[in-house]
Amino acid sequence: MEHIITPKVEYVKLLNTYPEKKSALGTLYLTATHLIYVEQTNNNARTETWVLHHHIMSVEKLPLTASGCPLLIRCKTFQLLHLLFQRERDCQDVFQSLLRLSQPVKEEELYAFLCNPHQNEEDRRQGWEFISVANDFSRMGLSNEYWEISHLNKNYEICSTYPSILGLPKNASVAVVTGSAKFRSRGRLPVLSYYHKDTKAALCRCSQPLSGLTSRCVEDEQMLQAISQANSNCPFIYVVDTRPKLNAMANRAAGKGYENEDNYSNIRFQFQGIENIHVMRNSLQKLLEVCSMKSPSMSDYLTGLENSGWLRHIKSVMDAGVFLAKAVCDERASVLVHCSDGWDRTAQVCSLACILLDPYYRTIKGLMVLIEKEWISFGHKFSHRCGHLDTDPKEVSPVFTQFLECVWQLSEQLPCVFEFNERYLIEIHNQVYACQYGNFIGNCQKERLDMRLHEKTFSLWPHLLKNQHLYRNPLYRRSLESTVLRPSTLPLHFKFWCGMYNHYDRGMHPKQSVLDQLLSLTQKQVEGERTMTELQRQLAVADGVLPDPSGPINTPAEQDSPSEKTPTAPVVQSNGSCAPLINGDAEEAGPGAEKCNEKEGADPGATEHDLTSSEDKPVSVETEHSKEEVQESS
Amino acid sequence: MELSEHIKTANVEDVTLRRPFHPALRGTLCVTSHHLLFSDRKDEASWQLLILLKNIDAIEKRAVGSSGTITIKCKDLLVLQLEIPGMEECLNIASSIEALSSLESVTEMYPFFYRPSHLTLNGPWGLSSTEQYYKQTERLWDRWRVSTVNSDYSVCPSYPSAVIVPREVDDDKLIHSARFRQGGRFPVLSYCHHRNGMVIMRSSQPLTGANKKRCKEDELLLQAVIDGSELGYIIDLRSAQQAQQARMTGGGFESKSFYSHWKRIHRHHERGKVVQESLIKLVEACSDPSHSVDRWLSKLENSKWLSHVHSALSTAGLVVECVERDGHSVLVHGSEGTDNTLLVSSLAQLILDPASRTVTGFLCLLEREWIQAGHPFQQRCAHSAYSHARLKQECPIFLLLLDCVWQVWRQFPLALEFSEALLLRLAQEVYASNYGTFLCNSEQERCAAGVKENTHCLFQSLLRPDIEEQYLNPLYEPTDLAIWPSVHPQSLQLWTGLFLRWTEYAQNMEEAREEVWSIVKEHHEQAGPDRTNNTLSTHCDTLTSFENLMDELTIL
Repeated sequence: MEHIITPKVEYVKLLNTYPEKKSALGTLYLTATHLIYVEQTNNNARTETWVLHHHIMSVEKLPLTASGCPLLIRCKTFQLLHLLFQRERDCQDVFQSLLRLSQPVKEEELYAFLCNPHQNEEDRRQGWEFISVANDFSRMGLSNEYWEISHLNKNYEICSTYPSILGLPKNASVAVVTGSAKFRSRGRLPVLSYYHKDTKAALCRCSQPLSGLTSRCVEDEQMLQAISQANSNCPFIYVVDTRPKLNAMANRAAGKGYENEDNYSNIRFQFQGIENIHVMRNSLQKLLEVCSMKSPSMSDYLTGLENSGWLRHIKSVMDAGVFLAKAVCDERASVLVHCSDGWDRTAQVCSLACILLDPYYRTIKGLMVLIEKEWISFGHKFSHRCGHLDTDPKEVSPVFTQFLECVWQLSEQLPCVFEFNERYLIEIHNQVYACQYGNFIGNCQKERLDMRLHEKTFSLWPHLLKNQHLYRNPLYRRSLESTVLRPSTLPLHFKFWCGMYNHYDRGMHPKQSVLDQLLSLTQKQVEGERTMTELQRQLAVADGVLPDPSGPINTPAEQDSPSEKTPTAPVVQSNGSCAPLINGDAEEAGPGAEKCNEKEGADPGATEHDLTSSEDKPVSVETEHSKEEVQESS
Repeated sequence: MELSEHIKTANVEDVTLRRPFHPALRGTLCVTSHHLLFSDRKDEASWQLLILLKNIDAIEKRAVGSSGTITIKCKDLLVLQLEIPGMEECLNIASSIEALSSLESVTEMYPFFYRPSHLTLNGPWGLSSTEQYYKQTERLWDRWRVSTVNSDYSVCPSYPSAVIVPREVDDDKLIHSARFRQGGRFPVLSYCHHRNGMVIMRSSQPLTGANKKRCKEDELLLQAVIDGSELGYIIDLRSAQQAQQARMTGGGFESKSFYSHWKRIHRHHERGKVVQESLIKLVEACSDPSHSVDRWLSKLENSKWLSHVHSALSTAGLVVECVERDGHSVLVHGSEGTDNTLLVSSLAQLILDPASRTVTGFLCLLEREWIQAGHPFQQRCAHSAYSHARLKQECPIFLLLLDCVWQVWRQFPLALEFSEALLLRLAQEVYASNYGTFLCNSEQERCAAGVKENTHCLFQSLLRPDIEEQYLNPLYEPTDLAIWPSVHPQSLQLWTGLFLRWTEYAQNMEEAREEVWSIVKEHHEQAGPDRTNNTLSTHCDTLTSFENLMDELTIL
């Protein structure tokens, strides 16, 4: 709170990205956690824009214009706010406050440490235990004849950025394990990522070997041998270096590098050519420039898309994932994957391969498990990559975003194989940057343990599960469950993800949603069935057939209410901009008194507006042709 | 020459057929006057593939030892391979295909021979006529009339015999106006908006020429269109510069001084060869096996196909804005008024008029605005994306229309009664068909060739209840509002349904469509409005009576 100089500024203009639309006039509020813009329209309806401070990527003061002082706010969720202040002092104050608020210095300043979603300690504990990597190992069939769950790293001594439990080949001795760890960058030795029951092939991950130009390590060679021996179905293992060959060779000069095929028996070595975090960061930067172009021509847009290189990088990740899945499933070969440190590209391709191989990871809960396993526990540096704190900007990179996009690309090509829809991926993305839950804070398990996140913050997953009806894919076919996905990786299947990168430019999105329509159809059905069973149960109770567990019988009126509610719920969801997600949680958080007041006063109005606007939409909301344009050209 | 004289080898055994995503098949190949027939006679339940020869856009021959391979590239973008044992047979087949797939004479084409048992030739041909349309559209009666000035097609050879014009303009003026417009295409009514009575007119360019000729009757005709209101818009589908240049070749534009109540807006649209080449480039890009995203995006950009989609939808949006939002009438024309003009006017109607979004309404729109309005289908659709033949007058403007309609459907997936399947069917029929609907270039030609008497009508057949069902959109919810598509480049996409039609991708999408259908059907069955509510309420009644009983018990 001490960073807020001016908590409320009136007569602030919110400029629209598209020149043809009128800009709004309203009031700006700064709270401890959010920036809130309340637009005052003629008929007293209010629309609110809530932006979490953690979502703010950059704040920029633009040169003074005749109409006022402009402030440009860019968000990590790809929202863009262009504000215009009447007084330069207000602008400066807000600018200063936001600079400070959007870049916390200490972990304790993060939202998750303030946020209390009305849960008791028991809920909190259960929430954190809800997703368990150990359970996933048992689901895969570990321990078994070849693989075991090892606690060698329980004090994070072998590798500080790895989880405390590791899947290791049974016949690898402690000496081999520790020896191999010493030969791998940051001690990230080869361990199990996924065990494919049907083929006995294993997907393993590690970091680059410290081979330099000539070094070798017997234990590391034995380690790979042990992985190979754990799969009797194939006489060799693939070693996949996800980097471009040139990058890997450059690393050799620095004493790192890649496996020399002569030193390891029975390996097949392969480069995959995924670029590093810096290239990806710059590529996203260029992509976002394309997204925010003002009325580009089709050629400008396509050329911009090409020049950003973004889809090329997405394809390179997908290609690598598909390669791994094919090796495991078609060749029954085990694969060892690494990049440099084994926490960015390796996480991307391993998790993608898991999704291709195992239908479980295509479910709502399965994706949580996968993210928890391949990303959180294996030390993807979320704090650094997302820039949660004011740290080195060169560490920031959209590695996780790319993974989510790959999943989206798959879902576009194979619309019936995922239990979740696009909104689930976008919500996870928002939550990664929101720092409202503890899951994505810190860079590895050890750090999180030191921060005592499980005691001080809550887990995201139960919250997502509570809302899972919003994230369901109505086209999901369980019958396709058992199949390995074989997506086409031809370039024409890689599309620009408008729903993510232009998420807040509602005008660009389809005006009617098939998803909402199908969700409401299926939802009604589910509700209807539920009501029926409930009524039958009550009849049985009333008849005396069943004992009455819940006291008096509910009145019929109450029974009717769920079916009445159903149709409206999806509509509100579809039209809210950023508001609904953050709104709901902010209400629970309630850090600033004034904010709570604002919210209570405004909420019904806002919802009403949402509803009406959804009906107007076809006529008025979206027009690209202004009257000015007509006159100009005539 | 008889068609059969082109066939030197009618039958070949042991031919291998290769199709994308299917295992190779061995069987017998037959060539008939209009078809290529492949049948796999492995077991009794034989599988057959029947291809209209007219559907074949290009063939490529290759000799492999003593046998030959023919690659057949169809106008619906399917590519097939036939391995034919015996070089001579292979060459014979190839030359038959080449000759028979490019027949020039309309009456030799298959629709004149197509006689399915379930259809009779006596049935009605077409869905509607100008007169019927006028009769059904009450809002026209006041100020508009049907003119039969063109009844013998002498005033405008490409117009239908009847057109709708302002009531106060007599036929004599129309004749004069026609002389002043390219190809005689004087301004006629295309659509009258149900909300405000504003109209969309279409015509060809005025023949003002280098010395700025004028035509009083043409000016009066347009004056009568806006009928005293202060302003109308002329949407000229050429850039201002192109319109200027057109004067050098006798064409031109309506000048401000003579048409003072009309405001002219120029919007550049590519036409003819350029659009045809776009299609060729796009189809080539889609079948490029290269794995480079950059190459794909650059080819996609270079084809300019999406740019054409973008301009068509933008201009249609502009027309809609003039009519619906600003309440002005609009005249649309380019040069000939037979291509982009029809594209823009029919898209504008789809956006504005809820009636044109039903299956029947859409087909009526196509009939009125494309077939009767004289889009030269035979010239434009002679070849598709694969042909090596020198381009003459080919131009896939109709395909572009279907693509634009698909974009609208993607953005308003509930607003159209028909589904993508109908668009795909039309995309196929327009190039090769059993029906006579898309034959010839104008009503006059169709009349002369006896198309209506001797062929079946596609639209009639699509509307038969058993057929129509497969083209319905399960999620259709009619809306009276204009459906205004976004034309941000991010909002427009490659029409994968058409351009990736023969890939595995199409199968995945088909699965999704089936799933949508099954959800909707299930919903109708289970939560049908009457039944469920009824059961619910009976249950509620029972509950209430139980409750009353319980209350009584408590009292007791």
